[in-house]
Amino acid sequence: FVPSSRQSSLDKSWCGRGQTSSGKSLLILLTADIISTVEFNYSGDLLATGDKGGRVVIFQREQENKSRPHSRGEYNVYSTFQSHEPEFDYLKSLEIEEKINKIRWLPQQNAAHFLLSTNDKTIKLWKISERDKRAEGYNLKDEDGRLRDPFRITALRVPILKPMDLMVEASPRRIFANAHTYHINSISVNSDHETYLSADDLRINLWHLEITDRSFNIVDIKPANMEELTEVITAAEFHPHQCNVFVYSSSKGTIRLCDMRSSALCDRHSKFFEEPEDPSSRSFFSEIISSISDVKFSHSGRYMMSRDYLSVKVWDLNMESRPLETHQVHEYLRSKLCSLYENDCIFDKFECCWNGSDSAIMTGSYNNFFRMFDRDTRRDVTLEASRESSKPRASLKPRKVCTGGKRKKDEISVDSLDFNKKILHTAWHPADSVIAVAATNNLYIFQGKIN
Amino acid sequence: MFTRGLKRKCVGHEEDMEGALAGLKTVSSYSLQRQSLLDMSLVKLQLCHMLVEPNLCRSVLIANTVRQIQEEMTQDGTWRSVTPQEAGRAPLDRLVSTEILCRSAWEQEGARPAPGLGDGHVQGPVSDLCPVTSAQAPRHPQSGIWELDGPREDRGGFHKSLDQIFETLETKNPGCMEELFSDVDSPYYDLDTVLTGMVGGARPGPCEGLEGLAPATPGPSSSCKSDLGELDHVVEILVET
Repeated sequence: FVPSSRQSSLDKSWCGRGQTSSGKSLLILLTADIISTVEFNYSGDLLATGDKGGRVVIFQREQENKSRPHSRGEYNVYSTFQSHEPEFDYLKSLEIEEKINKIRWLPQQNAAHFLLSTNDKTIKLWKISERDKRAEGYNLKDEDGRLRDPFRITALRVPILKPMDLMVEASPRRIFANAHTYHINSISVNSDHETYLSADDLRINLWHLEITDRSFNIVDIKPANMEELTEVITAAEFHPHQCNVFVYSSSKGTIRLCDMRSSALCDRHSKFFEEPEDPSSRSFFSEIISSISDVKFSHSGRYMMSRDYLSVKVWDLNMESRPLETHQVHEYLRSKLCSLYENDCIFDKFECCWNGSDSAIMTGSYNNFFRMFDRDTRRDVTLEASRESSKPRASLKPRKVCTGGKRKKDEISVDSLDFNKKILHTAWHPADSVIAVAATNNLYIFQGKIN
Repeated sequence: MFTRGLKRKCVGHEEDMEGALAGLKTVSSYSLQRQSLLDMSLVKLQLCHMLVEPNLCRSVLIANTVRQIQEEMTQDGTWRSVTPQEAGRAPLDRLVSTEILCRSAWEQEGARPAPGLGDGHVQGPVSDLCPVTSAQAPRHPQSGIWELDGPREDRGGFHKSLDQIFETLETKNPGCMEELFSDVDSPYYDLDTVLTGMVGGARPGPCEGLEGLAPATPGPSSSCKSDLGELDHVVEILVET
């Protein structure tokens, strides 16, 4: 892992890169369906997206090429495949959506790439491999595959490998099914590279990547009497280095850190993170906006970040009583909570991500805005992912929301925000200043250049 | 004489109006807003997706909100059980007041739905309910949110009349929201129950009846909808007989 430069992420200017196969237009468009997850692999050379239609599209970064100096860093479509199909649960008479909730890459161990993709009920391990050679000159069959007449074979020849056009194949290697009664919201690969966890609303299961017919239940918060249900699991993640440690967040704004060594069923947490409520700002919406939609460990493993409706909080794993930092994402929405409750926007689940050096964090908002916070300089910026504001090689202009009173030029007022344009999924390259932002059915890839 | 009488009546009417207005003011806008929030939350809980399982997290959060409002109303003493005479009247009264509130609340906040969002539906779910009609008798009048209620063509509509929603709320103790989750795990319709209910002595047992109804193994997705249609058809026949 190469730490990125000391330059603050906010001192960079972010400009859009992307292309269609002709290399001319600005953006990579996934017009088919709403993107539901975005994830870089460990090296950052591959970027996977999942959508509502159950498809996975993988982009690959262009290698440096002296003849096309500007092409370094551009992502091209590498592979597309249908990961999940819609299913029907006959017992409950309900459809199971094919929407991909999460994709997580496995660390690369050989030439092939592996990723886990999941919908509400089933997790699949996919192998993505390249084929750029073809065997030719078989003894027993013709070039077109037909078997040769044995009497015609008079000589022995050894097939030789000849280059062919690169073909990228995706094949499902494992299917992990029938382990979740409720909807899967998270998967996380363990640092041991052998196991992973999957979390639904009430339970977390531990799997071994080789074994599909069994999983271990490690967290179960389902009450004996479902009528007493008041809290659900919203996200879970393994610690990046300690293979026995994981965290899970809840709809009540709490995060529990568990150690699998302590007991088989991790019902008792080792650490409990919760910020005490501010009584002065209490309202009927307090609990809803405290519900955590995403939790992510820092790359270092020393911190973790939680996203609730209005803010992002950075926690020190050694301090459970309150977060280290709180960053307001769109505080101007606090006075609009009733409307946002009515139109269901208050239940939107925003994700968050760290940059490679853990010095900056990013999360999405409405109106195709996304926010970046620099932890060192305490500065933040609002940027917009839209075609109008993204010219090739031009920097993104910082945006500002006007909360009241006079609206300055270039500011946008709260009431003009488009709540249908929400950025729920963002990803940051593990090492470089490259970010991927999913805006409904469009994927934007931005590169930061030092000013 | 006539004029005086009229005047008196007018004055009386004005006085009544003033009294009513003063009364409205004393009924704080907070409790009106709170009631509106409660109504909205109940509507949200009742609306469920026909074919896809409702989001458990969202339902839990809404139910918790309802519980909080109920608790506060109980503490306030504004939570009172409804007497039979009032039963028919009270919900309508509330409907009127919340409709007024909806308008004023949204105007007060200045929060009109943002462009791109705005359509009539967003403005006032409660006001849409004012003409209370129940489309058809629901099969499970007291069922929780997890039991899909009513046939599929009613997708997105209100299956229960508002009266029933309030009845559910008022006839039970505060904190009865737990019942909403009691049926999460049970299947949509319990075929066993349906069949045993319909079955006379001569008919075969429920299990044998079940085998004849639906394919044992889930077929490919393309046949899902046709299987569903078949099942629907069979269940309807059973219910009618």
